Amino acid sequence: MEKFIKHTGAGVPLRRSNVDTDQIIPAVYLKRVTRSGFEDGLFAAWRNDPDFVLNKPEFKDGTVLVAGADFGTGSSREHAVWALQNYGFKVVISSRFADIFRGNSLKGGLLTVILPQADVEAMWAAIESDPSTQITVDLETRTVTYGAISHPFTIDDYTRWRLMEGLDDIGLTLKQTDSIDAFEAKRASYKPATLPIR
Amino acid sequence: MEKGVAMGKTLAEKIWAEHIVRQADGEPDLLYIDLHLIHEVTSPQAFDGLRLTGRPVRRPDLTIATEDHNVPTLDILKPIADPVSKLQVDTLRANCKEFGVRLHSLGDIDQGVVHVVGPQLGITQPGMTIVCGDSHTSTHGAFGAIAFGIGTSEVEHVLATQTLPSTRPKTMAINVEGTLKPGVTSKDIILAIIAKIGTGGGQGYIIEYRGSAIRALSMESRMTVCNMSIEAGARAGLIAPDETTFEYIKGKPHAPENWDEAVAYWKSLYTDSDAKFDVEVDLNADDLEPFVTWGTNPGQGLPLNASVPNPADYADTTERTAAERALEYMGLTAGTPLKEIAIDTVFLGSCTNGRIEDLRSAADIVKGKKIASTLRMLVVPGSARVRLQAEAEGLDKVFIDAGAEWRNAGCSMCLGMNPDQLAVGERSASTSNRNFEGRQGKGGRTHLVSPLVAAATALRGTLSSPADL
Repeated sequence: MEKFIKHTGAGVPLRRSNVDTDQIIPAVYLKRVTRSGFEDGLFAAWRNDPDFVLNKPEFKDGTVLVAGADFGTGSSREHAVWALQNYGFKVVISSRFADIFRGNSLKGGLLTVILPQADVEAMWAAIESDPSTQITVDLETRTVTYGAISHPFTIDDYTRWRLMEGLDDIGLTLKQTDSIDAFEAKRASYKPATLPIR
Repeated sequence: MEKGVAMGKTLAEKIWAEHIVRQADGEPDLLYIDLHLIHEVTSPQAFDGLRLTGRPVRRPDLTIATEDHNVPTLDILKPIADPVSKLQVDTLRANCKEFGVRLHSLGDIDQGVVHVVGPQLGITQPGMTIVCGDSHTSTHGAFGAIAFGIGTSEVEHVLATQTLPSTRPKTMAINVEGTLKPGVTSKDIILAIIAKIGTGGGQGYIIEYRGSAIRALSMESRMTVCNMSIEAGARAGLIAPDETTFEYIKGKPHAPENWDEAVAYWKSLYTDSDAKFDVEVDLNADDLEPFVTWGTNPGQGLPLNASVPNPADYADTTERTAAERALEYMGLTAGTPLKEIAIDTVFLGSCTNGRIEDLRSAADIVKGKKIASTLRMLVVPGSARVRLQAEAEGLDKVFIDAGAEWRNAGCSMCLGMNPDQLAVGERSASTSNRNFEGRQGKGGRTHLVSPLVAAATALRGTLSSPADL
């Protein structure tokens, strides 16, 4: 995983709440067996609308998505994270994220930042009045900065460390193999197994 | 609380504690996973990751796969027509073969929707941790298990380590007391709960469904409730196991051989009387009516006797805007009685309502009658085993004689991924779990309903409950 320390880029205001993962990428686009190429499915149903924010030339180079509340609800598809990343997004800011989407994003190196709704709305206004506004998201200092405005955000120390080091979760867990072995040794015998087939 | 006196634990806290492999300050708990369910959509990149790093599947004997999301429900023994879907299913078959994972393919008696397959095999049991790359994994919580959906990176993590680093969610009790009226089902309970707490109401929580109305439910009805926990935003939902649970597992292929020992353990799985939930929510079952959604998220639901709401009546701006957008997408006018909404397609099936009891209850209503000439009805059993059971009971004939289509097992029209989809503007009454824009096909319009409402709607042509017949 690529390290995430600090990112600066233009914002894209997505003034919608409850954007579920079926909207981020519809199921018909989930058939690939790779992790790349999902950008064509990103917000597919809305991309036909010329007024949709991603179709506006002033927002086409944005890398920081500023979205309404409850972003990423619904299906657990990690393809939603890949679609955003494949398209070029590095950060999503919202006042609330669905649990599974947030977990997926932080595992995959797409930084999801929670800010109060009032701050999100102020960012929308700022980006819409000047689409070239540069937003800096600094994981080291845990701040989002644009113009003269700076907002602190919280993220737990462990996740922050993992993102800043670009660490592979599986590699970290495999260092605990002894603990896993010990746990398995005392698992109850009545716990079911899928093999042998009965 | 007195110092040194341990406070009681909730059911979720007990199961969680029993599965901690490693705990360290400032880190998520490393949780052992008892069962990993796999399907074709969210696993290919995970197996690819294992290949790239040369890692094996740690516990193939705690892993099971089936084909459900992509598969057609007609002509299942012919090659899958869509080449991209076929590649994904073929990839699953190759991966399971290479890594030694048990797979139930199209044509196999245990093929079906992954959340129907686990319980029918008896592999879903109380006190387990169960994960799957699918958000409706919460279904298995009906047995008193912690079961939740994960992303593909986590699928790879579980394949490689049989564990998952996880932060323990908070606990929420939803107390449903009282008795359901005839014609009101567990689907109506969960739709009413989601309408009450909202699609984000459960965020960060494991919900425990409690109360006399929950205890009175059959196992399959309990699965319907737990299935839609994710639609309230919850990480998982569970119900304490009891005699109903034990009876359901008994005799299933993977029921424990040392039964008495297992049951003794299962009986310890309840929330202690002095345990404290972070949040409690109450719902009165006596007052419940059949519920239906009118909008584009599962929280936008109302009793069937109500009318399409007026967005102007919402005080909250976000809710008002969402309601305006939803009515526009759904092609509905505020004030229209829900029962006057004409339906084009009725879908009976999915991991929410594709089990044998669901088919029986709908068949009871359509038996000897004809569905409205203005609509089509798809009946899709949740698994091949459910289909065979239904056929043994003659339910297939009941549906076919009524004019419905009798299909093979799969996720079918629950999500627009296989050939069963709504056309642009087509309106469905669906026993599935999501009414998102385009969920059942681009431009399709979904009303979520119970199997009873689905059957009554099929007969009358507009959203209806059995009482309207």
